[in-house]
Amino acid sequence: MAITKIVANVTEACAGIKDNMTLMLGGFGLCGIPENCISELVKLEVKNLTCISNNAGVDDFGLGLLLQKKQIKKMISSYVGENAEFERQMLSGELEVDLIPQGSLAERCRAGGAGIPAFYTPAGYGTEVGEGKEVRMFNSKPHILEMALTADFAIVKAWKGDPAGNLIYKGTARNFNPMMAMAGKITIAEVEELVPLGTLNPNEIHTPGVFVQRIFQGDSYEKRIEQRTVRTR
Amino acid sequence: MALDKNGIAKRIAQELQDGYYVNLGIGIPTLVANYIPEGIEVEFQSENGVLGMGPFPFEGDEDADLINAGKQTITTLPGAAFFDSATSFAMIRGKHVQLTVLGAMEVSQHGDIANWKIPGKMVKGMGGAMDLVASAENIIVAMMHTNRAGDSKILESCTLPLTGVGCVKKVVTDLATLEIRDGAFYLLERAPGVSVDEIVSKTDGRLIVPHLVPEMNLD
Repeated sequence: MAITKIVANVTEACAGIKDNMTLMLGGFGLCGIPENCISELVKLEVKNLTCISNNAGVDDFGLGLLLQKKQIKKMISSYVGENAEFERQMLSGELEVDLIPQGSLAERCRAGGAGIPAFYTPAGYGTEVGEGKEVRMFNSKPHILEMALTADFAIVKAWKGDPAGNLIYKGTARNFNPMMAMAGKITIAEVEELVPLGTLNPNEIHTPGVFVQRIFQGDSYEKRIEQRTVRTR
Repeated sequence: MALDKNGIAKRIAQELQDGYYVNLGIGIPTLVANYIPEGIEVEFQSENGVLGMGPFPFEGDEDADLINAGKQTITTLPGAAFFDSATSFAMIRGKHVQLTVLGAMEVSQHGDIANWKIPGKMVKGMGGAMDLVASAENIIVAMMHTNRAGDSKILESCTLPLTGVGCVKKVVTDLATLEIRDGAFYLLERAPGVSVDEIVSKTDGRLIVPHLVPEMNLD
């Protein structure tokens, strides 16, 4: 008998998420974001959240939905353009913002999930990002010490998943999801297709089920495109 | 005549070498992909997790799960690969990507670059720019020589919050190609029809002008 991580629905998946918690949310822009869980967080009306996510959504989609309801106290991100409400809350001081270089953000999540408390990186040395951080020379080049990140809940979105919690992502919707899945005390995976055990090829698993505590099949994915660029035939 | 954005991209494309893995930033750098010299094979990396990026999709073929770092819908070419963000920046920090082209608001004669924040006005975040400039060996900045107010963006030292220090080697603007060496900008080329005097007058940083400054060859 294999361990099963299946929960009935998004409500069961998000059970236990409370005010003041730190959440990680996968996605790059609107690509690969956990749409179902974000809607549920709005419904739950949890407040004072610290959200670790590469971006903050747009005004009316993604994390922008939580911003609208003022549920987020602090954002930890690398890029927060394309969101007017975000900018307003940040400039007025309602929202605390910690901007982190994208590669450092990814590695800090990975480190958090991998049991590495901190690491040195050249990114941000000599800039605001490096202020107050330990500097050490390696190969005659200055590096700054960056700390690992973990979260009370990591919420990720995958293409396919199985009852064991194994996940496969599609295209560039993978992005931050695998590292965040590793770094949650509880990791929730919402998937487009929940398939029976044994269906996924073990050679093709991106996130092994050990990192996932709860999995469910989401529905009504909008998968909004932020910048629709095409060429003519 | 000063170059337009496509002209800048065309000039930078001449820096591509066969077998290069290249990361193109948002804006003018993206246009470089349109001018790959004939007989040269390069592969484009986008830091959100794709190598082997192709052109924009045909209308109707857009896929929400397939975008570049500018969040634009893209396609992939045969041989493409997807990966997570940590792997993506391992490629960048680990120097597996040979050329980075990015835009800037300011560049200093020491190779410092500022492109992520205007205090009190614009704070969008650095995205992947700080990781890119801190690690890439070969960084070319693509930008206009002056800002909209007509002030030089080629400075003695940057006034805006820095993205990276001492990292930029080359700058291609609408007016000139500049190399940064030993705390100065070396004027390598001027845009077709642009005079050395105009470049000198629009450059605030220390500029070394050789006796002969050839025009860019964009044919």
